[in-house]
Amino acid sequence: MKKSHILIIVVIAVAIGIMVGTAGDASTYVNFDEAHKLAAAGKTKDIHVVGQLKKDAGGHIVGIEEGADRVSFSFILVDDAGKEQRVEYNEPMPPDMLKSEKVVIVGSYAGERFKASKIILKCPSKYQEEGINA
Amino acid sequence: MMHYWVGNLGHFFVITSFVTAIAAAFAYFRAAATEDLGNKNAWLINGRTGYYLHAVAIVGVCVLLFVIICNHYFEYHYAYSHSDKKLSTDYLISTFWNGQEGSFLLWMFWQALLGIVLIHTNKFWEAPVMTVFALVQAFLASMILGVVLPGISVKIGSSPFILLREVMQDAPIFKTNPNFIPEDGTGLNPLLQNYWMVIHPPTLFLGFATTLVPFSFCIAGLWFKKYREWIRPSLPWALFSAAVLGLGILMGGYWAYETLNFGGYWNWDPVENGVYVPWLVLVGSIHTMISYKNSETALKASVILVIATFILILYSTFLTRSGVLGDTSVHSFTDLGLSGQLLAYLLFFAVAAIVLAIVRWREIPSSKEEAAVYSREFWIFIGVITLCFMGFQVLIPTSFPVWNQFVGLFGIKSSLAPPGDQIAFYSKFQLWFAIIIAFLSGAVQFLWWKKIDVRTWMQQLIIPFVVALLAALIIVNVRKVFDIRFVLMLLGGLFTICANAKIIIQLMRTSPGLSGGAVAHIGVGLMLIGVMFSAGYSRVVSLNNTGMMISKDFSDEFNRDNLILFINEPRTMWGYDIEYMGERLVPRYHGGYVRSSDVVTTVDKDLVITKIPQNLEGVAYKAGDTIRVKGEDTYYEIQLRKDGKTYKLHPRAQINQEMGGILASPDIYRTVSADLYTHVSSVMNTTEEPEWSPLQEDTVRQGQQFFANDYVTVLESVERVNTVEGVTLGDQDVAVRAHIRIQGERGDYIAEPLFVIKDKMVGRISDEVKDLGLRFTLLSIHPETNTFVVGVNTRQKDWVIIKAMEKPFINILWIGTLVLMAGFGIAMVRRFREFIKMRAKGQE
Repeated sequence: MKKSHILIIVVIAVAIGIMVGTAGDASTYVNFDEAHKLAAAGKTKDIHVVGQLKKDAGGHIVGIEEGADRVSFSFILVDDAGKEQRVEYNEPMPPDMLKSEKVVIVGSYAGERFKASKIILKCPSKYQEEGINA
Repeated sequence: MMHYWVGNLGHFFVITSFVTAIAAAFAYFRAAATEDLGNKNAWLINGRTGYYLHAVAIVGVCVLLFVIICNHYFEYHYAYSHSDKKLSTDYLISTFWNGQEGSFLLWMFWQALLGIVLIHTNKFWEAPVMTVFALVQAFLASMILGVVLPGISVKIGSSPFILLREVMQDAPIFKTNPNFIPEDGTGLNPLLQNYWMVIHPPTLFLGFATTLVPFSFCIAGLWFKKYREWIRPSLPWALFSAAVLGLGILMGGYWAYETLNFGGYWNWDPVENGVYVPWLVLVGSIHTMISYKNSETALKASVILVIATFILILYSTFLTRSGVLGDTSVHSFTDLGLSGQLLAYLLFFAVAAIVLAIVRWREIPSSKEEAAVYSREFWIFIGVITLCFMGFQVLIPTSFPVWNQFVGLFGIKSSLAPPGDQIAFYSKFQLWFAIIIAFLSGAVQFLWWKKIDVRTWMQQLIIPFVVALLAALIIVNVRKVFDIRFVLMLLGGLFTICANAKIIIQLMRTSPGLSGGAVAHIGVGLMLIGVMFSAGYSRVVSLNNTGMMISKDFSDEFNRDNLILFINEPRTMWGYDIEYMGERLVPRYHGGYVRSSDVVTTVDKDLVITKIPQNLEGVAYKAGDTIRVKGEDTYYEIQLRKDGKTYKLHPRAQINQEMGGILASPDIYRTVSADLYTHVSSVMNTTEEPEWSPLQEDTVRQGQQFFANDYVTVLESVERVNTVEGVTLGDQDVAVRAHIRIQGERGDYIAEPLFVIKDKMVGRISDEVKDLGLRFTLLSIHPETNTFVVGVNTRQKDWVIIKAMEKPFINILWIGTLVLMAGFGIAMVRRFREFIKMRAKGQE
């Protein structure tokens, strides 16, 4: 066998290895029910949940609570299936959180509590910007 | 008054830049495709004229956008949403590239300049290279066109000259008054008000722009069937690009290290990965190009890698700007609705370049015989493959969102998300690749091109390897590096440093100009060692050893890793005496720190009035003068003392009242062997009224001493004042201000409580000395005995909770970066000289 063939085989093998390794570590987007099942099945890997902050009838965001140390807070997220869940976060509220139209949390259930390790915000594009103070 | 002319002229320049780019591309294309010399020259002149006009238009657009920003024309959306009147000049400059449109402009600006440089340096290649350049510029110019196609109402591009009222069409104010201009803009994100944000984006975009140069030469080479010749002019540019792009990436990392509080310089965010991958491939392409120049191998690989670099730059642009990353990245740009255009941009050049390469593939010369195992070209190739693997491994998870969208088009639901703990995930793979790179970049330097006898090679290697091994053994034992991965990385780094140092010593006698590669590889070795220590052995040093919890409301982890510091109560940490000195404010337009206790706040958070004369880095203020400060920033002065020397740290918090949180930025105390990285993790709630002790009353005369909570205090004077902030005084009203001096542990403080009689009612305005936890009130005045009654309340001392981390040997990473850049520089000069020499011989 020529060296170049060996090299090609090795390259393909490593590439497949990388993909398998990546797929093994990949997280998924799920809703709270699925996340809860995963946690109950002992899979503690961080998952992504997409949802919106809970709002009352008047469109005001409700359920945000500041932690005692002022560097943590918790909020209620409504996932795409409509389930509500209080989410705890060990850092201060990211800027623009209240303006976001979608919130993605990365984290997992610990018992009945959901702890987020990261929050990603999807903010409205600037063409939907509403308010201006005159 | 609305300044319509700026926007109108701007729109005109934008459209001119787009049209001239297309015209230049067309003329250059004809020039390249025409055989007849007379016609060719005519088309060349057309192309050049078009391109120069294009460059002038781009400069015009940039100047006008600066005019809008610097003159605060808030009727324009760009100025309104990215700046305000208080920004100092340097941050007004960074406002320019804060928005998507401005950053596209920055990219185009650099490319316009590079094109002109190329026109003047490369006569032979001008037509084909500039065809590619002008086409790229046309695509970029389309991103800022802001034109709605009539009939099908498709919007092309987003103009930086759009008016605020066009963006906010539904805002009621514009319905009643279309000519409404806001008083002030919404400002620049405070995190971006940092000097690195002034120079990082221009550097990064210069790096982006320069990747176009080797790509254009490669396309020109394929097009003209000059398969070998395109390498020589590309190589110096590829080196320049790798240096600038690398520097740009590292500056971004340094900004994150200094400004964000996640404790590192690299977070494996998709936005960071998007530039890391093309940089790796670019470095790979430099190696294959050098390999080709010396032994006629890897020409096809060079074609693939040079094209891949540019396509990956376009791909990363697509990722960060199209909104596709919305769910995965913390800091991608907001979606401007340009995703279709960005995709067209990416696909056009990807498809065109790949098709051209496939068509020409069989004609590209490649060496018939296989490279020998003990040859330099073979192992360089292995190294390049390793670099590509590094990129590939990062690219796959970063592309998950694209994959989800893509298979979604075929109705398949995919919900892949990047790994939760990105740092651990990427490090796990990248570490091993880095170890391979480290050993290769040392060992391969001693291989000869073509073939070497194994014994000769080993003889060369033995000394650097033994030196590296000894050094590694010592360091492993002294620094307790007991993780096998880190030991290997350390050994690899040391080995490449020793091996390349040997090469440099040999070259110094004969030809120092050839040492670029060796210098660059030493830089890589240093960087790897720096990364290994600073990331692998970063540790928390602010451990709470008191045995007492800070608060039972906090988590165990928080209680363990954080220190509470009360003002003027020294503690020990990291071998230093550490003491919290109080809150500080910073002047907005010059340096220095202002003690919060020395100033009176006003309604405007950015204006304070000083109670004492101050000299802040050469700017003098009298008592009663107004100081302009950055009201959103609070700094916490922390002193470190050791061996009679004092160092000051100023970690920052931005307290956001409406969001209820704090945004902390670290301050870094740098020593030779390690950085002490400190940020506040909790601060006192300033909105809550503290618990005051019962009032203590003292009846004193002017100039008399008394004690306020054991502090020696003097009522220095009492005087009548004519104005009181926030109160309108009538003819019959009286206001009196006491001037009280308190001797604190760390210098004197002034308190100025007020006693006001307004409409025959008595009002008392207390004054608080935050640093001492004291509040003074002028309770009553007795003119008959010439005495005054001063009331004093005390409260708990001010405190701050900090977290501090030790980052060992991080300086080696920064030094390594500079060494790597120097290596690229030396190599670039060498390759450019080669190019000039050959050009003089008529072989461009």
